Amino acid sequence: MPYLDFLTTYSDRFLDGTLITLGQFGLAVLVAIIAALISGLMKMSHSKTVRATATVYIELFRGTSLLVQLYWFYFVLPLFGFTLEKFTAGFVTVGLCYGAYGAELVRGSIQSVPKGQWEAALALNMSPAARMRRIILPQALVTILPPWGNLMVEILKGTALVALISVADLMFETRQINNNTYLSAQAFGTALVIYYIFARFMVTPVMRWLERVMARKIGRM
Amino acid sequence: MLDWKLDFTWEILPRLIAAAGNTLVAAGGGYLVAVVLGLVFALAQRTPSRTLTFIVRELVEFVRSTPLLLQIFFIYYVGPQFGLRLSPWAAGLIAIGLHYAAYLSEVYRGGIENVPKGQWEAARAINLSTVQTYRRIIIPQALPPALAGMGNYLVGILKDTPMLSVIGVAELMHTANSIGADNFRYLEPYTIVGLIFLAISLPTAWLIRRFDKALRRKMGLTR
Repeated sequence: MPYLDFLTTYSDRFLDGTLITLGQFGLAVLVAIIAALISGLMKMSHSKTVRATATVYIELFRGTSLLVQLYWFYFVLPLFGFTLEKFTAGFVTVGLCYGAYGAELVRGSIQSVPKGQWEAALALNMSPAARMRRIILPQALVTILPPWGNLMVEILKGTALVALISVADLMFETRQINNNTYLSAQAFGTALVIYYIFARFMVTPVMRWLERVMARKIGRM
Repeated sequence: MLDWKLDFTWEILPRLIAAAGNTLVAAGGGYLVAVVLGLVFALAQRTPSRTLTFIVRELVEFVRSTPLLLQIFFIYYVGPQFGLRLSPWAAGLIAIGLHYAAYLSEVYRGGIENVPKGQWEAARAINLSTVQTYRRIIIPQALPPALAGMGNYLVGILKDTPMLSVIGVAELMHTANSIGADNFRYLEPYTIVGLIFLAISLPTAWLIRRFDKALRRKMGLTR
C-alpha cells in the first residue's frame, strides 16, 4: 500500500489518538503543576512531618517506574476501594510521577530568589501567603520555566505509557493499526513524527514564548 | 477487599527476584550501549563537517523528543518488514541504548565544552594529535563533572526497563504481569515490583549523590 493511501485510510484513527494524547498531556501537566507546587512548598516547611510527607511522595514516585505506577494505580488501587477509570488513572499517574520530579525544580527556583526579596516583603508587613504569591513565586517562575520546559517534553513522552492500560491514545491507536496492517514502519514512523512535531514545534516554542513573556513582565529583559 | 496473602508472596518472591536479575542485566546492557553510542554522538557533533553536526544534532533531538515506548516498538517491528529479525533482547537493548545515548551525548557535550579553551590551545602548542588531546587532556577533565549526570541516567535506564516487557523481555514487569494473569492476583506482584525498584534505585541514587559530592570536593568545585 503506498504511504499516501495508508495515511488517508488511517488518518482518522491517528487523529483520534492524537486528540486523546493531547487531553492526557494537558491534564497530566495540570496534575504535575499542582503536585510539584504543593510538594515543593511542603519540602520547605518548618514542620518536620510536613517535610517528611513530601519526601515520601517524591522518593516513592522518583524511585519507581512510571509503568509500575500506572499498573499499580489501575489494577491495585481498586482493591483499596479507589476505582479510577482508565483515562483518569492515566493522566493522574503521569502527572503525579512527573510532579515528583518537578517538586525539586519548584524548591530550587524558590530558593534561588534573593534573600533581600524575602526580607523586603517582610519589611513591608506582607503576610506569608501574600509574600509567596506576589513577590516570591513570580520571580521563581522565571527561573523554573527553562527546566520545566524539558519536563513538559518528558510528560508528553510519559503519556505514551497510558496505552498500556488501554487508554486509546496515539500510541494505542498506532499499535492497533500495526496489528491490523503489519505496516510497522508506516504506523510507528507516522506516530514518531506526530510526537516529534508536537514536542519540537508546539511544546518547546510555547515554553520559550512563556519564558520571554515572564522575563519581560518582571523586567529582566 | 484488601488481603495481602503471605504464602502467595513467598511463592512468587523467588521468581520476581530472579526477574530482577534480568532487569539489572537489561539496564546494564542498555547503559553500555548508551555510554558508547552517546560518546559517538557527542564527538560527531564536534567534527568540522557542518552537515554531520547538523544531522547528528537533529537525530539526538528527535530521539529525545519521542517516547521510548514507541521507539521500542519501532525497532522491534520494523526490522522484520525489511528481513531483519531482532530478538526482543537485542531490539530492547538497542532501543534503550539509543534513547539514552541521545541524553548522554548532551552530558558529554556539556562536559567537553566546560574544559577551558586554553587546554585545547596548550595541547595544540605541544603538538598533540586530536586523539591524544581528547584521550589525555580533554576527557580526563571533562569526565568527572559529567559523572553525576551519567549516574542519574543509569537510574533513569533502570526505571525505563519495564517498558521492555511489551516486546516480551522477561524482566520484572513482564514476570509480574504473567504472575498476575495466571493467579488473578495483582496486589502482591505489582507491589513487590515497586518495592524492588525502590530497593535498587534509592540506594543507587544516594550513592551517586555522595560520590558526586566527594568528587566535587576533591576537585575543588564545592559550591
